[in-house]
Amino acid sequence: MLQIAAFYILAAVALISAIMVVSAKNPVHSVMFLITIFVTTSGLFVLAGAEYLAMLLIVVYVGAVAVLFLFVVMMLDIDFVELKQGFMRYAPFGGLVALVLFAMFVLVASAVVEAKVDPHVLASPTPALDVANNTQAIGRILYTDYILFFQLAGMVLFVAMIGAIVLTLRHKPHVKRQNVGKQVARTRKTGVENTKPKIGEGVTL
Amino acid sequence: MMEIGLTHYLAFAAALFTIGVFGIFVNRKNIIVILMSVEMILLAVNVNFVAFSVFLGDLVGQIFAMFVLTVAAAEAAVVLAILVVYFRNRGTIAVDDLNVLKG
Repeated sequence: MLQIAAFYILAAVALISAIMVVSAKNPVHSVMFLITIFVTTSGLFVLAGAEYLAMLLIVVYVGAVAVLFLFVVMMLDIDFVELKQGFMRYAPFGGLVALVLFAMFVLVASAVVEAKVDPHVLASPTPALDVANNTQAIGRILYTDYILFFQLAGMVLFVAMIGAIVLTLRHKPHVKRQNVGKQVARTRKTGVENTKPKIGEGVTL
Repeated sequence: MMEIGLTHYLAFAAALFTIGVFGIFVNRKNIIVILMSVEMILLAVNVNFVAFSVFLGDLVGQIFAMFVLTVAAAEAAVVLAILVVYFRNRGTIAVDDLNVLKG
């Protein structure tokens, strides 16, 4: 009973937030509703028994992606009222496409749910909970059977990081920077000067 | 008594995906909201992966959902970097002007 109530509450909050994301006037509110979607979906994952992915969703999406969105929305000085124009113009067509898409999904899903799967074709059957919990089970196959894909995912993230840095990096002129070679090449001759100022005259630098 | 099954999760994912597509249509000018809609669509795909993985008893779905998550994060980072550079050069992020990127 509790499970059913939790599912419906979480799903309803997520879907309402999704509608708010696409219809909110202020993009900062959109990002906030996006975070709500991620958190509630993570709750749904916990409900389904996929705890590891639920936590990953919080860490990656809420902790990284949503904050990135928030940074960009707040950093760029944009007239969002102007960008909001045309909402009503495209709403009928968008709604039509969405309806057709949803009907297709429901048809396919109802066909798939009816179908029975032969347990012998499973690639990595989920072990029983007393053998390994969700995180342990994922770790056992992720670092053995899927290690190549795991490393490739790391490469994807690495390339994305380099790409983002290369794109946004710029060298402003007139900014003082440390020149290590110049610092190391300094000798005593260029760095220190001995003077004997006369009394009352001082030194010209 | 009714149990929460595969159908519930599939319906939820379908609704989320649909709202994401709808968001791309109605926010044609605002590329940031379009990006958020794409993230929602990828999340819906992840929900499908996890639902099938859990209810069919096969862990590969969750592994694959992790990779979808990775690609989504990388994509968001690169696209937002492109947006920042574009805004720096043009002073706007209107989608209609983006065809100058064709070169």
